Amino acid sequence: MTEDQIVYNTKQFNNITIKQFYKMKLVKNAAGRLVPILVNGKKQIPFKGVNKHKPTGHKADPPIRSCLDYPWDGNKVQKNLREALKNAGLKNGMTISTHHHLRNGDAVTNLLFDTIKKMGIKNIMWFPSASFPVHNHLIKYLEDGTIHHIEGSMNGPLGGFASLGKMNGTGVLRSHGGRYQAVQDGEIHIDIAVIAAPQSDPFGNANGIDGPAACGLLGFALVDSEYADKVIVVTDSLVPFPCVPWQIQGNNVDFVVEVESLGDSSKIVSGTTQVTKSPDRLLIAEYVADFIEAAGIMKDSFSLQAGAGGTNLAFAVFLKERMKEKNVKARFMRGGSTKYLVEMLEDGLTDFILDGQTFDLEGVRSMRENPNHVNTSPFTSYNFHGKGNFASMVDVAVLGATEVDINFNGNVVTHSDGYLLHGIGGWQNCLYSKCTILAIPSFRDRIPVIVDKVTTLVGPGELIDVIITERGIAINPKRKDLFNSVKNSKLPIKSIRAIKKEVYEICGGKPAKPNIDKNKVIAIIKWVDGTVLDSVFQVNVVNVESTSKVGSTFT
Amino acid sequence: MSNKKSSAGNKGDNVRSDCYIELVLRNSGGIKTDLKSKVESMYGESIHELVIDMCRFFNIKNAKIKIEDYGALPFTIAARIETALKRNSPGIKKEYLSPINKKSQYKSAKQRLRRSRLYLPGNEPKYFINAGLHKPDCIILDLEDSVAPNEKDSAQLVVRNALRSVNFYGSERMVRINQLPEGLNDLKYIVPHNVHVILIPKCESADNVKRVDKEIARIMKIKNINTEIFLMPIIESALGVINSYEIASASKNICSLAIGLEDYTADIGTQRTEEGKESFYARSMVINAACAAGIQPIDTVYSDITNMEGLRESVIEAKGLGFEGKGCIHPRQVKIVHEAFAPTLQEIEKAKKIVITFEEADKKGLGVVSIGSKMIDAPVVKRAQKTIEMAIQVNLLHRNWYADN
Repeated sequence: MTEDQIVYNTKQFNNITIKQFYKMKLVKNAAGRLVPILVNGKKQIPFKGVNKHKPTGHKADPPIRSCLDYPWDGNKVQKNLREALKNAGLKNGMTISTHHHLRNGDAVTNLLFDTIKKMGIKNIMWFPSASFPVHNHLIKYLEDGTIHHIEGSMNGPLGGFASLGKMNGTGVLRSHGGRYQAVQDGEIHIDIAVIAAPQSDPFGNANGIDGPAACGLLGFALVDSEYADKVIVVTDSLVPFPCVPWQIQGNNVDFVVEVESLGDSSKIVSGTTQVTKSPDRLLIAEYVADFIEAAGIMKDSFSLQAGAGGTNLAFAVFLKERMKEKNVKARFMRGGSTKYLVEMLEDGLTDFILDGQTFDLEGVRSMRENPNHVNTSPFTSYNFHGKGNFASMVDVAVLGATEVDINFNGNVVTHSDGYLLHGIGGWQNCLYSKCTILAIPSFRDRIPVIVDKVTTLVGPGELIDVIITERGIAINPKRKDLFNSVKNSKLPIKSIRAIKKEVYEICGGKPAKPNIDKNKVIAIIKWVDGTVLDSVFQVNVVNVESTSKVGSTFT
Repeated sequence: MSNKKSSAGNKGDNVRSDCYIELVLRNSGGIKTDLKSKVESMYGESIHELVIDMCRFFNIKNAKIKIEDYGALPFTIAARIETALKRNSPGIKKEYLSPINKKSQYKSAKQRLRRSRLYLPGNEPKYFINAGLHKPDCIILDLEDSVAPNEKDSAQLVVRNALRSVNFYGSERMVRINQLPEGLNDLKYIVPHNVHVILIPKCESADNVKRVDKEIARIMKIKNINTEIFLMPIIESALGVINSYEIASASKNICSLAIGLEDYTADIGTQRTEEGKESFYARSMVINAACAAGIQPIDTVYSDITNMEGLRESVIEAKGLGFEGKGCIHPRQVKIVHEAFAPTLQEIEKAKKIVITFEEADKKGLGVVSIGSKMIDAPVVKRAQKTIEMAIQVNLLHRNWYADN
């Protein structure tokens, strides 16, 4: 076995010497990015271009189950999580999935890996729908080999850990839709899904709208519940059968575990979500609302997707004023829901909220009480292997980014210093909307956001229509229609190159390239179709001792 | 050379777009830089080059320079290093100046609109960079009340560098100096560096203005500067109110007269109220003094940044009294101030009618005209023309309205 052809599969981590998977063979994909063709022992297809890859054959299939193997009284409650994991057949090298609806309040994932550690199990591949700073607790398990590697977002310190090349395997970052696709493609086989559920019955019917840890919905766990070999529901609010509505169906669930608490409810949903107070972000938000109005997108029965970042919330507030003034009503609004979307629903400014995740208490309340506040999942919204999905039906999506380049390519996962710090979320999927707007500052402190070339390619520029910054609005030259519709407005339309030039002037020149090792891939970025769009490389740390001139970076 | 340590700038978790410098001058060992920066991979080299260039400029051969950088822009880093150096060796008189930004070379005019003036604390460079994007008529880099007494030297240099480097996107560049006599010492950091207007706080007499005027003239002569620098005295005391006309007419360089109510109300032993009865006399006095002297009367700031409706009402009230500008302490106030100062559609229509009638009469050689029973004389026409000009500037009227008419 040569070094660049180490072959293993996820079940056999413990049988091989984990030396280096780094020295991978890299090829240039259709976006001109260097990507590995073998990752964690699995063959990869380099990105071929937007809408150029279409897998055929049959979807992965979960094993046949029979009701004979389950208690006739429907009671699947286990003594504790350890018992459930044991009965689920937990073994070294398995793939275990969790969802991120509990966000930074999640205590279940940490408890899960504490338990796995105590059971002496090693080399787990963790397959979360996203990670949060609370999961820094797991760094010690990455270090001691309890967790082999992560395929999912790696935020903050987890990303920093991976960026320094400390993780055994290679990270794989997918969009929410891409996670569904990877499971359906059979690229990922989930051995055990652990689904934290704010309310459940002993049969495993579960939802997120009630209980002390209420988080709204559980859509991110849908694919796990349907495709995993074994499904464990963990709850701190066990109610007698039936638990309704059953966002997770008990018929897909093997075991139910009751714990004292799922986590810190104040960090699961915020009591109130705040619009940004930054005057510059508010200026960007106002430009977004002005643009949507000037471009003629804001008309009766239109639809939009709003994120929960401070700028995105603010744009919704500004848009609301304009909709009221012009007496315009939307058909549906997608998003992370917050009180601001809920107010629009309740004020009659939209017929529906199609909610992917709920960010505050008002969102949870509305989802519980209002039948027009509908829960969705990556299947309905984003899945590449669905017979269509909602993302492409949205009139306008307003998103963020860490970097955008002069070809409108976007990055959301790494910072300009090369560190992996964020996940993709639904960002890639949302690029399919009819008008995708990135609302971003042109630079942060002294870090240019509009750059010559993105550090990591996460969204191809051909899908990104408008960049709205505090220094002007750049429209993708491909979208002449949008350009023509706003050219007579007072909006500050500029070329993206002009904005970039100005940013470089302010920041003191072109930024140096990140100090990375182009031979060491620490993570790959999947496109929505499962192909590899780009690689994230290891960051070189400058040794503070060896030079008196240069110190270490803040991380 | 002593091994004295000096420092400048700011550090801490909440610091943004600024840096902290620690400097020790030594007898040997060359220049040692210890840089910690969140933009190190992008601009680490460029920061090192700046340090080396500054050391060369100030003829520093041996020093230990520690930089904790929170994404400060070059003009800020340079100001902080120069401050640390001058705190270490007060004898150094040289100034490390960047060339004036080409985009900042726009001029001002005595009569320009000054509806909004946005205060920016002089030692907080993070607020400077995007201030102009909110399109205030003027920005004020403040050296007075918003700067701590022991940071005045630091603010002088960062304001000086900002005047040269930062693009304020067409906003008039104002600096509020300190109260006299300290304020006279601020001028050498300001006058040669691309300033448009100097604000004289707590101005109480014509003599105050004349001393500033004289010092400016002296510096301009030495530095061979021939651009115009205007003055805006701020009346903030009972004595200032009483002397407001002599102040307003003390120099041909005065463009506006402003009132500052926080200090004024304290001076007369009362408190500011929303209604503002306590300051009616003072405000009217300032308006009358300014108009008598042919300059703009400018109102105080509105200090509740969360109450946008209150701000709007306050501006409408100020406009009603005769003020032509209002102070802003937050960028979001600017737009409201401009909207509230804008002429109403009714005012614009009336002004158009007056101007048209007057022009037609003029063509026919008629001296006196009237609309209905009202006589149109020169002052009425002048006011109408001012309304029209304002309407054009705020995009309520097209510049060619007369031809289109």
